[in-house]
Amino acid sequence: MELAVFILFALGALVSALVVVTHRNPVYATMSLVLTLVCVAALFLMLGAPFIATLQVLIYTGAIVVLFLFVIMLLNIQREEHAAPSSGIQRWAAIFSALVFAGLLLGLFWRAHGGDPAQAALTEEQVSLTTLARLLFTEYMLPFQAIGLLLLAGVVAATSLARRPDGRLSSPDQEMAHAPGVAPRAEDAP
Amino acid sequence: MSPQQIQFLGMVATLLIWVVFMLQVTPIMVWVERRGAALMQDRPGPNRVGPLGLLQSLADAVKFMFKESVVPAGADRPLFAMAPLLALIPALTTYTVIPLGPTIEVGGQQVPLTVVSADTGVLLLLALSSLGVYALIIAGYSSDNKYSLFGSLRASAQMISYELALTLAVVGVLLPVGSLRLEEVVKYQQAHHLWNIVPQIIGFVVFMVASFAETNRAPFDLPEAESELVAGYHTEYGAMKFALFFMGEYMAMTALSALAATLYLGGWTIPFVDLFAVGASIAGTLSSVPLFGAITGPVWTGILAALVLFGKVFAFLLFFVWVRWTFPRYRFDQLLRLGWKVLLPLSILNVLIVAVLTLKGIL
Repeated sequence: MELAVFILFALGALVSALVVVTHRNPVYATMSLVLTLVCVAALFLMLGAPFIATLQVLIYTGAIVVLFLFVIMLLNIQREEHAAPSSGIQRWAAIFSALVFAGLLLGLFWRAHGGDPAQAALTEEQVSLTTLARLLFTEYMLPFQAIGLLLLAGVVAATSLARRPDGRLSSPDQEMAHAPGVAPRAEDAP
Repeated sequence: MSPQQIQFLGMVATLLIWVVFMLQVTPIMVWVERRGAALMQDRPGPNRVGPLGLLQSLADAVKFMFKESVVPAGADRPLFAMAPLLALIPALTTYTVIPLGPTIEVGGQQVPLTVVSADTGVLLLLALSSLGVYALIIAGYSSDNKYSLFGSLRASAQMISYELALTLAVVGVLLPVGSLRLEEVVKYQQAHHLWNIVPQIIGFVVFMVASFAETNRAPFDLPEAESELVAGYHTEYGAMKFALFFMGEYMAMTALSALAATLYLGGWTIPFVDLFAVGASIAGTLSSVPLFGAITGPVWTGILAALVLFGKVFAFLLFFVWVRWTFPRYRFDQLLRLGWKVLLPLSILNVLIVAVLTLKGIL
């Protein structure tokens, strides 16, 4: 039973991930990505990590991929008719990252089944929210803060990109006038 | 029966009660909405089918089922068919973490009246309800209609903006409780003899406003604003596909109402009333009556608790209807400004106040 459920979600994740990279229509690709993320969340759940599964759905599926779709529709990206010609450096970069990924995967397999003695399964106590929160605010406080700083840097970078050439931020009213689905008002007309 | 079987049956029974309630809420609320609108606009409303027009929803349902389902020529057919189904996923899953009643003793076993009693509790609810936006986006995209597309763009921007304020308002409630489980939130309010709405009135207001926006209800029904966008994302939908969107909307409203009742109005509890004692006395009075006599006190407690929760949910649903027919629709830029510049800072302020009060040991 457990194996059947695992195979169902693992196959679902693999097939939908393939669709993400091969489908010509960006909306279909994005919806496949949603399916991939949900399947991976289900796998997390089967591994006894409900919190990570929930966060995966809440953050990736519920917010980030929605923004992908939002951008695809806002920019009106059409179906890709023919594949963009890939340059030599792209191909080498792809091969290199595939090798790195394979190496990491092998390393994980080695740790789980090879060199080290069998690792004990995580207990309910270890994956509980309380333990996680305590670890986050004691042992992993520095990395936690560093990630927060990284995100802040991202926000600052995005804001500086959104600045107009004359160095001023566009005023909120003008921004809103260009918000999705808002028809330009009379006073905005040249 | 073995202990596991009793636990399993208890879970299935709780789930069944929820599902039946959620499915029945749509026709009832459609009737309430139309009669309520009529009442406020000084006209009779639907009054032809059945007494007081009560069977109007049934007639509508029959019509929905037998109407021809039209697909626009330029539509993306697979996605067009998928969107209404996506609308039902959050509607049919989110209520599973909301406690319908206390943990009661049946056949010598402790049976919790919550379908999914997970450590992640309310986070699971928020995660599942955040999937609802896909239905709106996909519906607008696949219809090949610019009004639909405008509607779905508005929906995605609106739902992402208000989700933040909604989640932060929920954080305010969870801080003093120290758990994400909604059962614990109810227990906390019961132990303090005080509903969360009193100490967290800011959070409650933010939560309610954000839930109007999350369910696309007036005054924030911009994604389907009929004066500008025909019917927004579901312009091209008809027959049963439209009915599914309709059900999705009302069920999402019901789930958020149940969450609001649990977070702020004490869930299934009544202040200063011990439902266990009431249940026991009902069982005592009815012990000689055939059929009813077989029901034990704790089971009566469970039934009463569910009825109390459903009563609170209906109070919230009436509030949704009242607001819809009272306030005019916001403009889209006003809506986004309200979300980011008013509600978000307010909800952060609420979290700060609650955190300080919790640290001082007042809450």
